[in-house]
Amino acid sequence: MALNDRAVQELKEKFAPAVLEVKEFRGETTVTIRKESVVEVCRHLKGLGYNLLTDVTAVDYMGRDPRFMVVYNLYSIPAKERLRIKAPVTEADCTIASMTILWNAANWLEREVWDLMGIGFTGHPDLRRILMTDDWVGHPLRKDYPLQGPDREPYKGRLS
Amino acid sequence: MATTETMTVNMGPQHPSTHGVLRLVIELDGEIIRKITPHIGYLHRGVEKISEHRTYHQTIPLTDRLDYLAPMSNNLGYVLAVEKLLGIEVPERAQTIRVIMAELTRIKSHLVWIACHALDIGAMTVFLYAFREREKIMDIYEKISGARMTSNYFRVGGLSKEPYAGFERDVQEIIDTFPGHFDTYEGLLTENTIWKQRTIGNGVISAEDAVDYGITGPALRGSGVDWDLRRDNPYSGYENYAFQVPTGTNCDTYDRYKVRMVELRESVKIVKQALDALKPGPILADDPQVCYPPKESVYNTIEGLIHHFKIASEGFPVPEGEVYQGIEAPKGELGYYLVSDGGTKPYRMRIRPPSFVNLGAIEKMAKGAMIADLVAVIGTLDIVLGEIDR
Amino acid sequence: MGYEILGLPLIYYITMVAKTVAVFVFVLLTVAYATWAERKLIGHMQVRIGPKRVGPYGLLQPIADGLKLFFKEEIVPAQASRFAFLIAPLVALVPAFISFAVIPFGDTVTIAGYQVPLQIASVYDGTSMRVLDINVGVLYILAMASVGVYGIVLAGWASNSKYSLLGGLRSSAQMISYELAAGLAIILVFMSSETLSLHKIVAEQAGLFGWNIFRNPFMFAGGIIFFICSLAEINRTPFDLPEAETELVSGFCTEYSSMKYAMFFMAEYANMVTVCAVTTTLFLGGWHGPFPPVVNFVAKVYGLIFVCMWIRATYPRYRYDQLMRLGWKVFLPATLLLICGNAVWLLVFP
Repeated sequence: MALNDRAVQELKEKFAPAVLEVKEFRGETTVTIRKESVVEVCRHLKGLGYNLLTDVTAVDYMGRDPRFMVVYNLYSIPAKERLRIKAPVTEADCTIASMTILWNAANWLEREVWDLMGIGFTGHPDLRRILMTDDWVGHPLRKDYPLQGPDREPYKGRLS
Repeated sequence: MATTETMTVNMGPQHPSTHGVLRLVIELDGEIIRKITPHIGYLHRGVEKISEHRTYHQTIPLTDRLDYLAPMSNNLGYVLAVEKLLGIEVPERAQTIRVIMAELTRIKSHLVWIACHALDIGAMTVFLYAFREREKIMDIYEKISGARMTSNYFRVGGLSKEPYAGFERDVQEIIDTFPGHFDTYEGLLTENTIWKQRTIGNGVISAEDAVDYGITGPALRGSGVDWDLRRDNPYSGYENYAFQVPTGTNCDTYDRYKVRMVELRESVKIVKQALDALKPGPILADDPQVCYPPKESVYNTIEGLIHHFKIASEGFPVPEGEVYQGIEAPKGELGYYLVSDGGTKPYRMRIRPPSFVNLGAIEKMAKGAMIADLVAVIGTLDIVLGEIDR
Repeated sequence: MGYEILGLPLIYYITMVAKTVAVFVFVLLTVAYATWAERKLIGHMQVRIGPKRVGPYGLLQPIADGLKLFFKEEIVPAQASRFAFLIAPLVALVPAFISFAVIPFGDTVTIAGYQVPLQIASVYDGTSMRVLDINVGVLYILAMASVGVYGIVLAGWASNSKYSLLGGLRSSAQMISYELAAGLAIILVFMSSETLSLHKIVAEQAGLFGWNIFRNPFMFAGGIIFFICSLAEINRTPFDLPEAETELVSGFCTEYSSMKYAMFFMAEYANMVTVCAVTTTLFLGGWHGPFPPVVNFVAKVYGLIFVCMWIRATYPRYRYDQLMRLGWKVFLPATLLLICGNAVWLLVFP
């Protein structure tokens, strides 16, 4: 965990106002930062050796404020370590800066987050829906989107 | 004065070589590809959404249907993620059988890859040879789990049941016979002039670009990046096995082909080591909160029945937290990002599908090439639409 | 002598009709059973069984296939150029069959006192004791092969489908390129035989080492190049780009159904038979061999057809530009060099 420790240390020093929380769970490090500085932080981390953007996704914590959490899973191929960066996004201003300027991998991953979660990415070159059809209304992975589709009875589930 | 314009061709979603329901809108200048716009989502079933409404065990069958050519790899990634979240240890025997099955799955998936890749380039015979061998692994699948494709064999904490009697003999037969079969494929392809002409220099993507586009798995190793999660972040006891991680140098389709051919042989070696290390023992973790009771006690005792009913109907609570578990699936890094709110269902399950991210680089790899090259690139990326669309 | 019509004996007409019917039936049956043989052979090469349900060993499969295609619905795409769309399969099929008119499948035989040459377009001249056939038989075959291209190009154009168009364009480019090399390879034969008459070309190849392919190293290389170029001309693997299934769905015949599709299919196999027959005639000694003449000829043709199928089970497909490069940059200069070499050889060892 040498690189992760160093990365967290540097983030705390250089981006002190941006770092909201650092958490260790089951051997994984998660750093929560303000969404305004997410690109700066990731650029710094990329320079540190986190060269692979494994995943971009989002979690909908409906009922909390800020409602969404955008999650970046970074990986360092030289050091073989994983670091997770999270950035809260409010429902009122449901956008975050696009990571496509740092990694091309972010292109499709962010399109998917936009499609399914409805979080916009400013500066994305081609922000279209990717899995749903172009004329789809709503963002299916949001917690207030009914499981069986719009205008349907809410799913009750079997035995649960 | 004559004007020229590009021709837009709609390739797919029904097309012989788009490996499913991939749709590519390509702009052609003669035979040269000027632009590729992939359209995906024809197979979107909302696995991530459905899983939020199901218990942790009920989600395992959903993962079978992601990369339907490698169901046990998907199972493995998922159960590892849940186990990580729970913090439970899996018994050694279960881990070893998981490794055997995961590697057989890799062989099975790579066999479909070599079959379809060769067929796309026009070598029909390899297709049928590879499918003949795949059938052997399918038989083991069917015997061990009851299904040829949707295996649903792993459980959180271990396995659903003991392997059948004769499992070891069947696996031993695969270890003995498969390297010879791989020689047959290589005999038909590796030194074949046309095969080399078609694949060398095709779909070149440099190591930097490959990392930039997030490509993982054999496609990344073909570009010379020496990285394999089984070796570098071992899981399920992979640290106990010795195997080579092949890499390419020319970053082209031929190198990716060679990387996968070596991987096939290395997988056989891992299976051999795992089979030698297989010892009798429990196949489920000693954690009654999470693991199903043995079938004998379910059928014969009321306590067992209630225990089983509780887990099957209610599920088990999982501590609040979030984990990411990446495994080296046949097609690249398959990641499960699980968020738990302390309940019996995942609050959020994110699947990081390798094919989805790999496919994102298709325009980079095939732009400026010809239609025939595009077909080879689709083959070499080894995509499965079930996983891309989820 | 006997009864005469227009100055020719009646037996001339009878044998002409008999030869035409026999050859046509032979080619048709060969085409039908070439499909069966291909499926069966490639099946066994690929550890499959191949057709086995219809008749013993699936022998009635071609007939069942034909019937099925015959009763399928005829579909003409709404946007297609109707006339060209309908005529294209005919344009592809007819030249494939009529090439056979000039191929000698045996020497002359005596029927009722008449010398009958076993070649459709020929007559035996009793006064000069010579077989008179078309003295430009080879050119006729080359011409027919070129006409066949029009069927495919027309089909690709008339279908008004992008895949068909690409297939048609590929095929026209491919056939024209390879016709050059194939034509140059034939010049090697002319140099040795000093005639364009197919009957004479074969008649000169008596004995195993009389076969053109074994005459000298240049002829040997030329024969192989000619056969490969012929494969490219008839769109067989590894040159089956015009209908490359995994790239262009079905190429030029994507939009065709029913009998029109069957006609393309027949044209493809008839072309294969023709090409094998031409190769046999030009390079492999035609009817010469240990068995009766016709048997020798047929055996050689079937042997070559087997080679075609074997190649199909073994090789992947070329890419368009590689195919062109092979045709223009490898085979064309190679055949030119072979011609020079052959000329020197013929001067040194006349």
